Amino acid sequence: MASLAGIINLHEPDERIRELTRHRSLAAVPFGGRYRLIDFTLSNMVNAGIRNVGILLSDKYGALLDHLKNGKEWDLDRRRDGLFLLPPASHHGPAGHGVVGDIPNFSHNLDYIYKSRQDYVLISGSNMICNMNYRDVLDYHLAKEADITVVYSETAGLAKSPPYTNVVTDEDSRVVDMAVNPRTPKGDKASLNMYIVSKELLIDIIDYCASRGKEDFLRDGIIPKLDELRVYGYSYRGYVGEINSLQNYFKHSMELLNPAVWQELFFKSGLIHTKVKHEAPVRYLEGSQVRNSIIANGCIIEGTVENSILFRGVHVQKGAVVRDSIVMQKSQIGPGVLLQNAILDKDVQVSEGKHLIGDSNYPIVIHKRARL
Amino acid sequence: MPKKECIAMLLAGGQGSRLGILTKKLAKPAVPFGGKYRIIDFTLSNCSNSGIDTVGVLTQYQPMTLNSYIGIGNPWDLDRHHGGVSVLPPYVRQDGGDWYKGTANAIYQNFDFISQYDPEYVLVLSGDHIYKMDYSQMLRFHKEKGAAVTIAVIEVPWEETHRFGIMNTDEENRITEFQEKPKHAKNNLASMGVYVFSWAKLKCYLEADEKDPDSSHDFGKNVIPAMLAQGEKMYAYPFTGYWKDVGTIDSLWEANMDLLEEDPPLKLNDPDWKIFALNPSYPPQYISPTAHVHRSIVTEGCAVFGEVEHSVLFLGAHVAPGARVVDSVVMPGARIEENAVVEKAIIGENTVIKAGAHVGCRDGEGWMMIDRTESGITVVEGNIVVPANLRLARGAVVSVTRWQEFPEERIS
Repeated sequence: MASLAGIINLHEPDERIRELTRHRSLAAVPFGGRYRLIDFTLSNMVNAGIRNVGILLSDKYGALLDHLKNGKEWDLDRRRDGLFLLPPASHHGPAGHGVVGDIPNFSHNLDYIYKSRQDYVLISGSNMICNMNYRDVLDYHLAKEADITVVYSETAGLAKSPPYTNVVTDEDSRVVDMAVNPRTPKGDKASLNMYIVSKELLIDIIDYCASRGKEDFLRDGIIPKLDELRVYGYSYRGYVGEINSLQNYFKHSMELLNPAVWQELFFKSGLIHTKVKHEAPVRYLEGSQVRNSIIANGCIIEGTVENSILFRGVHVQKGAVVRDSIVMQKSQIGPGVLLQNAILDKDVQVSEGKHLIGDSNYPIVIHKRARL
Repeated sequence: MPKKECIAMLLAGGQGSRLGILTKKLAKPAVPFGGKYRIIDFTLSNCSNSGIDTVGVLTQYQPMTLNSYIGIGNPWDLDRHHGGVSVLPPYVRQDGGDWYKGTANAIYQNFDFISQYDPEYVLVLSGDHIYKMDYSQMLRFHKEKGAAVTIAVIEVPWEETHRFGIMNTDEENRITEFQEKPKHAKNNLASMGVYVFSWAKLKCYLEADEKDPDSSHDFGKNVIPAMLAQGEKMYAYPFTGYWKDVGTIDSLWEANMDLLEEDPPLKLNDPDWKIFALNPSYPPQYISPTAHVHRSIVTEGCAVFGEVEHSVLFLGAHVAPGARVVDSVVMPGARIEENAVVEKAIIGENTVIKAGAHVGCRDGEGWMMIDRTESGITVVEGNIVVPANLRLARGAVVSVTRWQEFPEERIS
């Protein structure tokens, strides 16, 4: 069996979800009641038997480091291999030098890639919510004798709005064109920003780009070489939620309320692991009315909760109504409060009788530790 | 090895025979409780929260589940370089070897384990009780009193004193008399099965007890009375709070129901005294648009489409549309299918109640019944399938030894 290492590349755009990424990286954005975005990619990798994962950090990674610790929750606290937190290049560059692309981060950590014992590397971002079996992708890569395999989705509707990477393939699934945010996409295939490549070729690409002052792995390292390299597209037909804006964060969170999506995302090819908080089971008290919601452990519910997602340790007091909303860890909803189309970041306290109402297309966001 | 001031020895080898089919395949401390825990989590978490980082767990009866559950003790923060948790089953020596003949003998057989830490004090615990207790305060009390042994006691209702070991004390809490399950108790302070011993004293008494051919090698029956007879300084440490022996079907069910009160006597949500448990990485629970959940506790991985009233749903339990669960305990992975009804029952792990079946039915039949509870609690063992539309009698204890008849129904 060919061996696979994983690299999670956190050089990801987060301008359109700034409300939730002011103090944390996109990878650390809380999602689905008890997870952070990176848990999905990381768990998929571990569930596929990957035992060597490098995280290419970008910026604002305090919360992420606290979440990942030594990788124990993902069984990545290994004597050989395990979890590697790879510092970004920008912190070491001359003052004022803004890093544009991701190649400097790869290049800065080239030693890690050199030392990896695995033949192949799976590179992925952290913001694609899915439960994918990466072994299938590797098998496909080997069967096609590909140099690079790009995972794309035709069904997730990713090519409808930027940022996205359009993928065009021939009948044999060979990728003939890729384009980042073109005005008009050719077809519906959009990249999930996941690639399988051999260790040697990855090193060549990084070296080629870095030595020529080119900074973007995809635009400089792959797209110009589509003619000379065998680049194949792997069509992923399962559920995918790409998170890069507040709107799609809200949309994909709410899609968890579809039991088929809940079942697929959390159970299909393996369980999704995350940092354990040892919270008690949920208590539903007299007067609680809960419908169509996802509730994480540690919550205490005395009021009404509809079409919502409650993270661990949320308390909804008597007479409060939480509707079409996302309430993050440890937030306290006082008696008689009304929340509608609201996203409450961690540890928010809403005092008695307050009404917070957002628009279904533009939820109101209350920042971390706010006291209302 | 560096010295430890106090280590704990946790007696977890009991069968819990009065739990019947619930302990067929696992020891009592491994029985699921409270939605996501096993009984032993309470004692292990108490140790961890009390700063006791060395715990020997004595196992004997059906230890497989318990062994794999405890592992290296990570959930309780007991995976330590020096100390941590150690599972201690009986073993063979050069001159043969023995099963643990009683609670005192189990400690005696592990003298070597204890001695390697050279402790001043040994905390002897049982893995059978549900309670939250700070052992460090009890240890301080023990030291202040300069006691040979300190026994934690709790006030029990006078009419129940005949079920407990009763401690009679003077004004200073010094134990003057010990009555094991007395008909006419002079006091209502019952032993909780939590002892702090000064190790030097304990060692002497266990050695003497081992030589006594008439001893049943039990702390309550032999060691404590012997210490009392010798005039040792023995103190009762009064504990106020929730403490429950969940050794019977009735008490296990009641203790689960206690968690459902508006202001429960045992709070599981206390951030300063968390009860730790092994975490299986299940997603948050899903409550559907058709579901009704009231006065209940529900755990990660559950999906509820039907009605849940005054019940405890464990990890990954599933309640289908139209199904109704009332006053019941539904253990991990159990499925209650469409329009089935479960009333005042304990449903074992991974058991399936097929569509339209009614468990705990007043005029139901005694399908696969091996026993009957007086309290009317219906108990269905784990890993079986209760057929569709069956009306199962209230109070029936159901065990299907030939459940292979439904292999295709079994949940993997």
